[in-house]
Amino acid sequence: MPKQLNTALLQIAGKTSGALIELNNVTKQYPNQPVAAVQNFSMTVQPGELIMFVGPSGCGKTTTMKMINRIIEPTSGSISIDGRDVLSLDPSELRRHIGYVIQQIGLFPHMTIAENIGVVPKLLNWSKDKTADRVHELLTTVGLEPGDFAHRYPKQLSGGQQQRVGVARALAADPPVMLMDEPFGATDPITREKLQAEFLRLQASIGKTIIFVTHDFDEAVRLGDRIAVLSNRSQIEQFDTPANILANPANDYVSSFIGLGTAIKRLVLIPVTAARLGPASAASKGGTTVRTTDSLRDALDSLVLTGLPALAVVDELNKAVGSISVDQISAVLGAEVPILTPTAEA
Amino acid sequence: MVFPTATSATPVVRSRTARRSDEIWSIKRFMTPAVVLLVLVALFVGLSNMTLDSIESRTLNADYIIARVREHLGLTVVASALVAVLAIPTGILLSRTRSRTLKAIVLGIANVGQATPAVGVIILLAILWQTGYFTALVGLVVYSFLPVLRNTMIGLQQVDENVRESAFGMGMTQNQVLFRIELPLAVPVILAGLRTSLVFCVGVATIATFINAGGLGDMIVNGLKLQRYPVLVTGAVLVACIALLIDWVAATAEDVMRPRGT
Repeated sequence: MPKQLNTALLQIAGKTSGALIELNNVTKQYPNQPVAAVQNFSMTVQPGELIMFVGPSGCGKTTTMKMINRIIEPTSGSISIDGRDVLSLDPSELRRHIGYVIQQIGLFPHMTIAENIGVVPKLLNWSKDKTADRVHELLTTVGLEPGDFAHRYPKQLSGGQQQRVGVARALAADPPVMLMDEPFGATDPITREKLQAEFLRLQASIGKTIIFVTHDFDEAVRLGDRIAVLSNRSQIEQFDTPANILANPANDYVSSFIGLGTAIKRLVLIPVTAARLGPASAASKGGTTVRTTDSLRDALDSLVLTGLPALAVVDELNKAVGSISVDQISAVLGAEVPILTPTAEA
Repeated sequence: MVFPTATSATPVVRSRTARRSDEIWSIKRFMTPAVVLLVLVALFVGLSNMTLDSIESRTLNADYIIARVREHLGLTVVASALVAVLAIPTGILLSRTRSRTLKAIVLGIANVGQATPAVGVIILLAILWQTGYFTALVGLVVYSFLPVLRNTMIGLQQVDENVRESAFGMGMTQNQVLFRIELPLAVPVILAGLRTSLVFCVGVATIATFINAGGLGDMIVNGLKLQRYPVLVTGAVLVACIALLIDWVAATAEDVMRPRGT
C-alpha cells in the first residue's frame, strides 16, 4: 500500500471518538437491474452523531450503509471519513477501523468469546496482553462478567448475550465509526429494550459516529440523534431530529411511515419537567409516582394504568415537586417543547 | 494471562474439556475395536484347530499374512494421503472460482472416476500403462477422489454467510477468512469425505491383485482359484476388519478434530 494512503488510514484510526462522514452522490447500480439500488445519496454526518436509517425492506438502507465500509462497492460517487477518501483505501485495512454489527451477529462459532472480541486487535497486531486487557474491559462494558464469559463459546450464550458480544467485538479496536445493521432486530422485545437502553448509555460515554439501520421507527425515535427516513432507491424523504420529524413530517410518505400514534411517540422524547406541573397537593393519594427524569410517555402510562386523575411527580430524593394529569400532558403537545435528547434520557 | 478473573474461569474450562473427552471416549467408542478383536480371535482359534494342507499352510502363516496386510495398508494409506493432498486444495480452488463451467468439468471428471467400476479403471490403466504398485495407486486415487473433493466444496459452502460477512466486515482478507474461519469450520465435513475415501480404498485395494500389486486380494483370489476356503475366508475377514478399524480411527479423528464450540 502506498505510504500516503497508509497515513490517511492512520489518521482515521487515530480518532477514537467519532469522525465526520460524508457521502456525496453515492450510487449503487447492480448489473442487469433496471433501477439503481441506491441513487445519488448524499449526507453529512457530524462526529459523534447517531444517525438512524429508517425505511421499509428493500429500500436500500442497508446497501447504503454497507458502502461505507465497502462490503458493497459503490458504482459512483464519493465517500469520505474525516476528509479521507474511503474508496482509495485498502478495503480490509479500512474495515479494521470501522466497527460492524449485523443483525445475525455472525460470531465465529469455533472461537471463544475472548477470541471473537480479539479478532480485530489480532489483525492489527496488538500484543496479547493489550488484547486481553481490552477484551476484559469490553466484556465488563457490555455487562458480561469476563471471568464467566471469556472462555465460553458463542452457542453457550443466549441471543441477547451474543448481541452484546457482537457490539463488544465491533468496539474492540476503538473505531471512530460504527455501522450497525438492525443489531437488536432478532431479539425479543424485553431484551431489545434493555439492549437499547444500555446502548444509549454506552454511546453517551464513547461518542462514536454511528450509522444505525432499522425498520422500526420507534427504535429510531428512541435512539437516534437524527433520523433519515428513506424510500425506494435510498431516497431521503426527511432527515431531521426525531422530535422535528414527529412534529412536522415532510410529506405523506413520512407520515405513513411514522404511522398512527404520533402524539404518543412524541411523548417519549419530552421530559416530565417540560409540562407545567400542578400543585403537589392535587396528586391523588396512592403509591404510584412519576420521576422528574421520566418522559411524559411514562407519566401517561402510569396515569392510564392507575386510572387516577393526577399523579405526584417526585425528584431524585423522592421529594414531591408537583403533580401531573392528562390535561397537562396534552398542553405540552400543543406548545413548543424542549427536546429530550436520548443521551439525557439515559 | 492478564485476566484478573482468569483463575475463576479455569475450572469451568477444565470441566468442559473433561466433559468433551468423556463424550469422545465413551464405552460406545470401544465397541468396534472390541468386535474386531473378537472376530480375529475366533478366526485364529478356528484356524489353529484345523489341519492345513501344504497349499494352505504356505499362505496361512504369520509372515505371509503380515506381508499382505502391510501391502494392503500401504496402498490404502498412500492413496488416501494422495487424495487428501490433491482433492482438498482442488476443492478449495473450485469453491473460490465463480466459473460454473470449470466446476462442472472438474466435478464431472471426478464423477466419472468414481462411477466407472474400479476393476475397469485399474485393468484399463494396466493395459495402457503398466502393471504393479503405481498403477494400482493411481487407480485408487482416481476412484476415491470424489468424496474428498465434494466434501471440501460443501464444507466451505455451508459456512454461515453471516459468519463470512462479519469476518470480511472486521477487515479479514480473503486468505484470512479462508484459513481462520472457513477451513476450521469445514474440517468435520472434509474429514467425513476423507473417511469415506479411506473405506473405499480398503475395499478397492483388494483388486490390486489382478495387476500384480499384492495386498489381501492375493489371499481372496488364491483361495477362490485353488478352492482353499480357509485362505479365502481369512483374506476376506482381514479386509473387513481393516475396513472397520480404519473407519473407526477416522470417526474418532473426526470427533477429536471437530472445532470446539460447534
